[in-house]
Amino acid sequence: MSDQTATAAKPAPILSRHDPRYEVTMYRYVGVDGAHTLDFYRSHGGYEAAKKALTSMTPAQVIDEVKASGLRGRGGAGFPTGVKWSFMAPPDGKPRYLVCNADESEPGSFKDRYILEDDPHQLVEGMIIGAYAMQMTYGFLYVRGEYYLGATRMEAAIQEARAAGLLGKNILGTDFSFDITVHRGAGAYICGEETALMNSLEGLRANPRLKPPFPAAAGMYGRPTTINNVTSLTSAVHILTKGAAWFSSMGTDDSKGTKLYQISGPVKRTGVFEMPMGATFRELIYDFAGGPTMEPKAFIPGGSSTPMFPWEDRFLDMPMDYGTLAKNGSMLGTGGVIVIPRDKCIVDALYNLVRFYAHESCGKCTPCREGVGHWLPRMYQKLVSGLGRPEDIELLESVASNIKGNAFCPLADACIGPVQASLKWFRDEYEYLAANGKSKYAKNDWWQA
Amino acid sequence: MNETKTHTPFFADKQEKLAEILSRYPAEGRRSALMPLLWEVQRAERHVSEERVHELAEIVGTTATEVKGVMSFYSTYHEQPVGTFHIQVCSTLSCALAGSDELFDFLSNELGIVNGETTADGRFSLQKVECVGSCGTAPVVQVNDTYYERVGRGRCRHLIDALRQGEMPPVWRERGGDTVGAAKAEPLQKPTDRGEG
Repeated sequence: MSDQTATAAKPAPILSRHDPRYEVTMYRYVGVDGAHTLDFYRSHGGYEAAKKALTSMTPAQVIDEVKASGLRGRGGAGFPTGVKWSFMAPPDGKPRYLVCNADESEPGSFKDRYILEDDPHQLVEGMIIGAYAMQMTYGFLYVRGEYYLGATRMEAAIQEARAAGLLGKNILGTDFSFDITVHRGAGAYICGEETALMNSLEGLRANPRLKPPFPAAAGMYGRPTTINNVTSLTSAVHILTKGAAWFSSMGTDDSKGTKLYQISGPVKRTGVFEMPMGATFRELIYDFAGGPTMEPKAFIPGGSSTPMFPWEDRFLDMPMDYGTLAKNGSMLGTGGVIVIPRDKCIVDALYNLVRFYAHESCGKCTPCREGVGHWLPRMYQKLVSGLGRPEDIELLESVASNIKGNAFCPLADACIGPVQASLKWFRDEYEYLAANGKSKYAKNDWWQA
Repeated sequence: MNETKTHTPFFADKQEKLAEILSRYPAEGRRSALMPLLWEVQRAERHVSEERVHELAEIVGTTATEVKGVMSFYSTYHEQPVGTFHIQVCSTLSCALAGSDELFDFLSNELGIVNGETTADGRFSLQKVECVGSCGTAPVVQVNDTYYERVGRGRCRHLIDALRQGEMPPVWRERGGDTVGAAKAEPLQKPTDRGEG
C-alpha cells in the first residue's frame, strides 16, 4: 500500500512518447517512414498553420501571437522570437531576407538534423510563417555541409512545396510570394554565429561581423535580415495551430512551450526528447533516457559551450529553463546534455573540447586566435601527456581569464566557460594530473562491442 | 598528385547546372554561388584543383586568391583528391565517450594510414573530424556523405570489410531517443485512442 501512496504522490515517469501526458509536437513524426513527403505531411495536418496565417491573419497578428506565446530562440541565446521579428522595419519594396540557421554544430546538439531529415515540410512551413510575419521576400536555409541527407530532403521538400503552390508566387492564392534556397555550409562551427553565417552565405570567409548594425537593419547583402534557428521556426507552426495560450501554458515563468532536449554520453537511451521547458535534468536523464550506464560525475547542461555541473542533486533537480541555468552560472544553450562518467579524466574531456574550439576559431581576433587556437590546446596537451607542473594550472587559469570577455564574438567565451567550470568543480583532477604525471582516472578503452 | 588532366572548363558541358546554381541567389549576391559551385566540382572530382579555382573565380567575379581563402576557411573542401571512400571519424566529446579514439586507431591500423592520409591505391582516406551532429548515436563514422552510426567494434569490422569489397553497406538508420527501433517509429495514435484504451 505504501508503494501505491508513493506512486500517487509522484506521477509515474514518462517513458515513451505514447504516454498521453507527453506533449509531442515538433518531434511527432521523426522516425516515421515516409514522413518527409508532402503527402504524409499534408495528411497529418501539415500547412494548415501557414494557411491560417496567410489567409486569416495579418503579419502583425502573427508576430503578436508568437510574442504572446513567449517563444524564445532555440538556437542557444534565448532571445524572444516574436520580439526579434518585430525589429524588422516595415517593408519598403526592397529585398529582405529570412535566414534559417541549420548549421547545427554545437557538440552535444543534434535536434535539428532529424527535423531536416524526417520532417522537412515542418521547417518549410515554419519558414513560410516567419517570412509572412516579417514580409520577407526571400529565404535561405543554411544547412551544415555534413548534413547531406538533411539538405537533400529539404531541397526535395521545397520542390514539392513549390509544385503545390506553397512556395513561389502568390502562395495559396494570396498576394504573398516567397521562396527558399538551401545553402550548404562546408564544415565551420563559427557559421552558427549569425553574422558569420551571413558572410558564409555571401560566399565569403565566415568571420563574424561587428554589431551594430544588427541584421534587422543591415544583414544579407546589406538588406534587412532575420536569422532564426530551425526549432524556433518549427515551434511557430504549432503556436499558430494550437494557439499562443496553449504554448505558454507549458513551461516556467521565463521559458515557455516545449523544447527538444538532447542527451548523449553513457546513458541507456541517448537521443532527442521533446519536453516541456522547465522539466528537470533528472527527468531527462533518468525518466526519459533511462539513467546513466556508468557512474557519472558531471553533466554538461546545454551543449559543449555551457559550463558543466557536478553530479549533485541540487543541479540534477534544476529545471531546464533559461533563467535557472543562467542564475547557476551556466546556460541552457541548445539543450544538449552530455553526461560525463567518473572514469573519464576531466582534463582529458576538456582537452577534447578545447581542441574543438581551437579547430573552429576563425582567426579574426587575437584573444581567440592565440588563446583558444594556440595556448589552451597546447597547455592541455602538456597536462594530459603528463608533462604538466602544478603552476601550469594557474597559468591555465590566467590565460582563460584573459581571454574571457575580450574576444570579438562568443566563440572564445564558449570555450572558456567550460574550462573555468571544470577548474571550479574538478580542480583535484587537474592537480593530481600535474603532480603525478598521470590521470586519476585512466580508463582508455571506451569502445563498445 | 597530378593536377587535372584536362583544360576543359568543368562547367563547359554543364551550363544548365551552372545557370541553375547561379539562379538560386539574387542578382545582388552572385558570389553566394561560390560555395555550391565548389561543392559541385568537389563532388565530381573529389577535390578542387588550382584550375577549377580559377574557373570559379571567373564565374563569380572574384580572384583566385579570394576563392582559395574561402576554400581554406572551411574544413570540407579539399585541395588534394581524397580517396574513393573518404572515412571521417568524429572525435568530439560524445563520440570520444563512446570510443571514437579507439575506433580511429583501429581504422588507422587496418588501413595503414594516419590522420589526413590517403592509401596508395587511392581507395581510402582517413580523417579525424570534429562533431558531425550525431552525438546521440555515437560513435559515428561518415563515409563520403553517409553517416554510419553507433559504430561499435562489430559494425566497424563489417563496415571496413564491405568498403574493401568496394561497397557502401546499407545504413542502419538510427535516431535514438524515443524513436529507437522500428517498433516505436509508428505514428502516434489519435489523441482519443491514447491512454488506457
